Amino acid sequence: MTAEKILTRNFARADSHTLKAYLETGGYTAWQKAQTLPPAEITEEVKQSNLRGLGGAGFPTGTKWSFIPKSHGGPVYLVINADEGEPGTFKDRYLLERDPHAVIEGMLIAARAIRSATGFVYVRGEYVEPYRRFATAVSEAYDAGYLGKGFDVVVHRGAGAYICGEETGLISSLEGKKGWPKLKPPFPAIKGAFGAPTIVNNVETICHVPHIIARGAAWFAALGTKTQGGTRMYSVSGRVTRPGVYEASVAITLRQLVYDLAGGVTGNGRLKAVVPGGSSAAILRGDEIDVTMDVDGLRNAGTMAGSAGVIVMDETVSIPEALMVVARFYAHESCGQCTPCRESTGWIYKMVRRIVEGRGRKDDLDTILDVARRGAGTTICAFYDGAVGPYVSYIEKFRAEFEALIPR
Amino acid sequence: MRGQDGTDAATRASTPVAFSVEQLAEVHRLQGLYPDRRAALLPVLHLAQETFGYVSLEVEAYVAALFDLTPAHVHEVVTFYTLFFRAPKGRHIVAVCHNLSCHLAGAPMIVAHLRRRLGIDVGETTDDGRVTLQSVECLCACEHAPMMQVDDRYEFGLTPEKVDRILEGLR
Repeated sequence: MTAEKILTRNFARADSHTLKAYLETGGYTAWQKAQTLPPAEITEEVKQSNLRGLGGAGFPTGTKWSFIPKSHGGPVYLVINADEGEPGTFKDRYLLERDPHAVIEGMLIAARAIRSATGFVYVRGEYVEPYRRFATAVSEAYDAGYLGKGFDVVVHRGAGAYICGEETGLISSLEGKKGWPKLKPPFPAIKGAFGAPTIVNNVETICHVPHIIARGAAWFAALGTKTQGGTRMYSVSGRVTRPGVYEASVAITLRQLVYDLAGGVTGNGRLKAVVPGGSSAAILRGDEIDVTMDVDGLRNAGTMAGSAGVIVMDETVSIPEALMVVARFYAHESCGQCTPCRESTGWIYKMVRRIVEGRGRKDDLDTILDVARRGAGTTICAFYDGAVGPYVSYIEKFRAEFEALIPR
Repeated sequence: MRGQDGTDAATRASTPVAFSVEQLAEVHRLQGLYPDRRAALLPVLHLAQETFGYVSLEVEAYVAALFDLTPAHVHEVVTFYTLFFRAPKGRHIVAVCHNLSCHLAGAPMIVAHLRRRLGIDVGETTDDGRVTLQSVECLCACEHAPMMQVDDRYEFGLTPEKVDRILEGLR
């Protein structure tokens, strides 16, 4: 189940971030091959591989690329979302720091497929070291002639705002504005950055592309499930013996991930709950972890694969307190554009907080559930729906624990 | 103690708000990287903060003029992001992650320890201007919880003892 290491295969090398190391391990040979393929064939190969976006939404990557208008005569942009910020996720940091040339090679191939001459890599502002590592790799790629011959890469630093990880918020931010998401349609593939057709791909997603081109769609698809190919990098944290990044098939189960790879549960050793896909994913009880981690497997389990940030809680963890921390995050990070999100995230945080502090009112739990559900699906972007996941699931699955804190 | 929203008229008046010739060349280079030069606003604001210490209203107006934008537009951008300071900050920024994984690993205890050691609350700066203390959302290094960012560096696996050693290194 742990499969072959693909994205993380060079992580053990101290110099894995250098062009020298990348070339020694077969780097840029997929780009050589891609240059012999017609763009449409590259997109078709990625489609057949069943690669799905690994930043959170899980959208089929090849299908996304195919949305770029064929007849478009103006510029097309490729934007890499390195604004990693989903609580519990830290995989893209590893890729930027330890295998930056994989990002660049993936970009070169994707740019050929969508006929883009310019790529932007939006790195979260706090990632200073990953930014430097990546910018150095870009300089190396220019010096070696991989970049600057029909495709240029601009590395762009964000300035601290979770919402900029949402693809249209990222585009607004890249354009020099506050990171407000935009109403879709039009989707970025039709009208994205600077008004031009734009593909936004996550760092980890783009790193898979060279391997798909080098080894074929069938090989990649066979690593996963019927509807999602490949491996992915799971970020495992919280109460586990060995927190860290683990690359495994998308078909691994949550139980295997927590017990076999991360070494099992610490604290009192008894599993209470797991967040499987970053904080926006609905929580699972300890007895709900026999599910596969692919996009559809977790969707069928009532939660989501998201960014594969797995946060483990043992029985000593207070679920109401955990929800308070999560609710504080959504209240702080709501961009303020849509009324239901702006108002509800603050209000719900206040209610959860007073419950935790022993000042809860007897109808608070029902009010939270009501407020949460009414707002779902009414906003411009998926941020609020992502907040509703934890609000509703924490309370529904651990209601007695909340009720015990509310004075009678 | 100076709160994050406090102002310091003396500092403001004494700092001339103008880039050097070299920095202006860098501004033009950055503006030329994008199809629309306005896209260089965040990079230039980062440069402005490095240069002037924080992004005052005067800095906002100066940067706005470099882009032919209104000061109001720049103000809207500056206030949207957490990494831009609108008041003088300490020589070092200590930002403790308080999100879920760090919380589970004892972040509240780390924040309490820092408040005691520095004698300030979250959001404040020490009287000697050495350290500004912050409590921030997920920095995406949850495998090393509890963690914090000290200026450009991530510091992992914090304990009160480790925090003390890190503080000693900040001048």
